[in-house]
Amino acid sequence: MSAGHHHSIYRPADTPVHRLPPQCKLAAVVVFAVCVVATPRERFWAFAVDAVLLAVVAAVARIPAGLIARRMVIEVPFVLFALAIPLIGTGERVQVLGLSLSVPGLWAAWNILAKATLGVVASILLAATTEPRMMLLGAERLRLPRLLVQIATFMLRYLDVIVDQMGRMRIARESRGFVARDFRQAPVLAKSAGALFIRAYERGERVHLAMLSRGYTGEMPTIRDISATGRDWVTAGVLPCLAAVTALLAWSTT
Amino acid sequence: MTSRSPSLKVTRLAYAYPDGTQALYGVDLTIERGERVALLGPNGAGKTTLVMHLNGILTAGHGTVEVAGLPVRPDTLREIRRRVGLVFQDPDDQLFMPTVREDVAFGPANLGLRGAELDRRVHDALERVGMLDAIDRPSHHLSFGQRRRVAVATVLAMEPEILVLDEPSSNLDPASRRELAEILKSLDVTVLMVTHDLPYALELCERSLIMSEGVIAADGPTRALLADERLLAEHRLELPYGFAVPAQPG
Repeated sequence: MSAGHHHSIYRPADTPVHRLPPQCKLAAVVVFAVCVVATPRERFWAFAVDAVLLAVVAAVARIPAGLIARRMVIEVPFVLFALAIPLIGTGERVQVLGLSLSVPGLWAAWNILAKATLGVVASILLAATTEPRMMLLGAERLRLPRLLVQIATFMLRYLDVIVDQMGRMRIARESRGFVARDFRQAPVLAKSAGALFIRAYERGERVHLAMLSRGYTGEMPTIRDISATGRDWVTAGVLPCLAAVTALLAWSTT
Repeated sequence: MTSRSPSLKVTRLAYAYPDGTQALYGVDLTIERGERVALLGPNGAGKTTLVMHLNGILTAGHGTVEVAGLPVRPDTLREIRRRVGLVFQDPDDQLFMPTVREDVAFGPANLGLRGAELDRRVHDALERVGMLDAIDRPSHHLSFGQRRRVAVATVLAMEPEILVLDEPSSNLDPASRRELAEILKSLDVTVLMVTHDLPYALELCERSLIMSEGVIAADGPTRALLADERLLAEHRLELPYGFAVPAQPG
């Protein structure tokens, strides 16, 4: 076995985007998202500029468009919601292909779709170029509450352990003839979920004991230092700054 | 705290769980520096409860625990936990950090070590258990035997006075079991090993304690205890089928 084990969401490579410290990338994505949200929805060109900016980042990070498209599936529920708005919206109406659609509804749907899509793509790029572990270290550097970061760190560590446990429980169920055919089998699955929760909780207690035994006093020691230079911040700042300029121009032309 | 103090001295230790179940009824034991001692006993004898007292996770209801002369008290917990290295049975409980390096560094970092000294501790500890190659790997991608060795390294990095192992051979395949034995023999540290694996105790520990119903029921050379069939039967201990205690050491 080699050290090549990575979380599937992360796409290892050595590009300028991958090399940036995680805290810079996290901050850049958040500021970018805020700029996009602040852009007036009537300025279509501004969203096109933002999309081009993300495309450039993807090209530099060598993330293929296909991968981004596949991961955008996560947005589907929002898309469905957005598509429903013109149908149920009120106010002035237009006829499109025989359907009566609300004009304010169409604007609202466009607003949600455009801004959410840009935000999702930015997050996909962040996740594809930053190891989950580094992301958490970055979040810690950005002064996110330490407790939340610790919880997320443990989730990352124990996700596989719990998924394995879930798999063993499924095999145990099926070995004794259980088949989940329809809704009537739900109570069995619910009990399995309950048992899994209790096991995870007990493991949590044992892990806590193991931590206490090694001198844990409530704070995780920072072992890996991931300091960012001024240059890193400037590089990471290019994307949000351009998005901010775009938003300002969009406002000034209203 | 002088070098003449035994590594571990437990005096008349009694403990009842909050629900009233009495688990320990006055345990006395002394382990000298450099000894490797096995703690044997059936399930429910109080072995784990005793272990939890050694580094102050449980607080004695009555009696005292001293580690190299330092009594276990709320104000000494930090130093006690450095001196007592507890290796838990399930390495997934022990290895909670994302990578082996961070896991091994966790203990010494809590002691305030940073930088080169911290790196040295991590390297040394992993080298002693033969796991230096895995330093940057996530622990959940290691084999079970490797994880147990890393678990030992996580406490070795704290340079403990005494290493306490809970069922070190459980779930190991024969080769991993032998490798771990070789590692434990190579360590220059006091060891208390809680186990049901009597041949393992015989191989690694000259001296054994039998714990039964919350007290130390027997204390003597492992060879002599394991040869005493009646004693073993009294305390629900059994040698594996076909195993006989070799007559001569070696």
